[in-house]
Amino acid sequence: MRHLLGLQNMPAAELQMLLDTALAFREIVDRPVKKVPTLRGKAVITLFYENSTRTRTSFEMAAKIMSAEAINIAVGQSSVAKGESLKDTLQTLQALKADCVVIRHPMSGAAHFAANTLHVPVINAGDGRHEHPTQGLLDMLTIRQVKGDLAGTVVAIVGDITHSRVARSNIWGLTTMGATVRLVGPTTLMPNDAHHLPVTVHTNLAEGLEGADVVNVLRLQTERQESGLLPSLREYSRLFGINHTSLANAKPDVLVLHPGPMNRGVEISADVADGKYGVNCAVEEQISNGIAVRMAALYTLMGANLPPVVDA
Amino acid sequence: MKLLVSGGRVVDPSQNMDSLADILIVDGRIAGFYNPGTCTAEAEVVSVAGMVVTPGLIDIHVHLREPGFEYKEDIVSGSRAAAAGGFTRVCCMPNTNPAIDTAAVVSYIIQQSHRAGFTRVHPIAAATRGMGGDTLTEVAELKAAGAVAVSDDAFPLQNAATVRRCMEYCAMLGMPLLTHNEDKSLTHGGSMNEGIVATSMGLPGMPACAEDIAVARNIALSELTGCHLHLLHISTKGTCDLLGAARTAGLNVTGEACPHHWVLTDEACASYNTHAKMNPPLRSQFHANAVKAALLDGTIQCIVTDHAPHADYEKQIEFDAAPFGILGLETSFPLVYTTLVQPGLMTLGRAIEMMAVEPARILNLPDGAGTLKVGALADIAVFDLEVEWIVDREQVQSKSHNTPFHGMTLKSRPRFTMLAGKQVRL
Repeated sequence: MRHLLGLQNMPAAELQMLLDTALAFREIVDRPVKKVPTLRGKAVITLFYENSTRTRTSFEMAAKIMSAEAINIAVGQSSVAKGESLKDTLQTLQALKADCVVIRHPMSGAAHFAANTLHVPVINAGDGRHEHPTQGLLDMLTIRQVKGDLAGTVVAIVGDITHSRVARSNIWGLTTMGATVRLVGPTTLMPNDAHHLPVTVHTNLAEGLEGADVVNVLRLQTERQESGLLPSLREYSRLFGINHTSLANAKPDVLVLHPGPMNRGVEISADVADGKYGVNCAVEEQISNGIAVRMAALYTLMGANLPPVVDA
Repeated sequence: MKLLVSGGRVVDPSQNMDSLADILIVDGRIAGFYNPGTCTAEAEVVSVAGMVVTPGLIDIHVHLREPGFEYKEDIVSGSRAAAAGGFTRVCCMPNTNPAIDTAAVVSYIIQQSHRAGFTRVHPIAAATRGMGGDTLTEVAELKAAGAVAVSDDAFPLQNAATVRRCMEYCAMLGMPLLTHNEDKSLTHGGSMNEGIVATSMGLPGMPACAEDIAVARNIALSELTGCHLHLLHISTKGTCDLLGAARTAGLNVTGEACPHHWVLTDEACASYNTHAKMNPPLRSQFHANAVKAALLDGTIQCIVTDHAPHADYEKQIEFDAAPFGILGLETSFPLVYTTLVQPGLMTLGRAIEMMAVEPARILNLPDGAGTLKVGALADIAVFDLEVEWIVDREQVQSKSHNTPFHGMTLKSRPRFTMLAGKQVRL
């Protein structure tokens, strides 16, 4: 594996290897002294063209736990504000001797562009509505931890599928590993051709949740309502909101995931978000798992020839 | 001054000719045809043995970028590319800077093309001032200066009342209106065809029906006004069906297609290849097949390129941010030959008809354009049908390199052109 750009077309063996590696690293994250020397002397540059606190911090944490230098470039403050092209910016980072570039960008394909431009490994930290592979992997790791196996698991992804890179990475990763994926959402937020994906498409939440093992709740951007794709957040919440009533259609031990940040009272009720009344909502575990997944990605792309970190 | 183009296979569909013949050219005009070796006139001989000789090709849809965007292409480089592609005439679209909306710009372009001397260039006037979509241009004056048609290409008119006014005015002056058919309210923000490829790539799509809706509106307005409507770069089955129905009903509507719309599909955009980004976008195989079928059954009258050069740095960018458009002039005939003629779907004569005779007829081009009839200007193209070559984006006459056909093996290649009996030297 030279880059981590997306989960589409990634073979099951590679997905398995990344998840196994992440699981092995997961324990380090909980150590009182969480530092291993595996990537000492390596420089990881995170290049973020979109605001993101959690993903950027997660990558930074992952790099630092493995003793790599983590340098964050928030684009608003750099030369991009002066109109520098993505190509020139990337080549500058390479000349600055980055060993790995982590890129978040509002346009789909920006990570592919980076991979085609650079000689060093590129990790896609989210490109437009295309993919967010480390989010997909951390969702898969969380499901595997709770459900034991991905194969045979029924996962309902609920919300704004059209604009969601999280949905796409989940679809490819989960189906490759043998899970069944259902897409649930209003037709205005569902790609017209979603039925060509390896999924079933549902516009009725009760039907989409029927017997589901996992519900992955997508964040609803409030601008969707402003741009006329929804009549109101109130109606969205009534039809597609995840709460105790709607969850009753899923399996009793249903696992609830959310990539964050949550709009309580819109796509997810506060009770469910807080895991009240016996709901298994794994939002915090997802965040901790995210560090392990990003450690696994950095290790796989930069440190594969080094001794395994768990023995260090 | 006498010249004998000798030993070639002459293919001129304007006079149903496909035979070995020597062509005598006197003072830049076609003077007669002779069985090979039988002409006794004292003439300089240009041997084209083993080659095919046709009327010079005509592309009525190119972007030459001058004035204003000379870093992408200019009239010298664009008309060189045209000559290299076997074209002796091109019609250039008005989205320059300033736009082709005054007689001065029309005259400037014609003058520059004469100075360059590679290809005849006929400007197409903007439908509205500055292509702003509001005020009509002074079409009468533009026509008098040499503009051959009126178009909204690149800035498709959204307001139906404006299209109606343009058509009424153009009809009065006998000028065709060439429309880029796109309902922007449906394509806004889109960068490729709407479909499963775009969905997987996470790119906002442009649905095929955005073209169909604009076509249906424009045909209805053509019926109302009597204006000759020419549909630019047809890319959907819906447009083919609407054009077919309009022509069956006897309406004054014609249409054109570009090779990329039947040779490629939206799969070519995979891995975010900006050289496969143009507007209208590459569609699905379903639509590509429909465009091809409409070319073969005569629903679509002519083949053009929509040659649209862009600088490397403009295309080496995020897919969403890259400009629409690809090169076309230097690959057009070889693509037509390789994908339609060689497989036996279309005769060579019909291909030349769609690339020379029909374009001249549709825009009523002067001086016997698109024919080798005796008395016509000796604008000639010569092709080698046997050669096989690999498209190399670095080996082009154009200033830009944005072709999606890089690396493709093509059969046949233009060898040279003549303007008024004078060989064009590149």
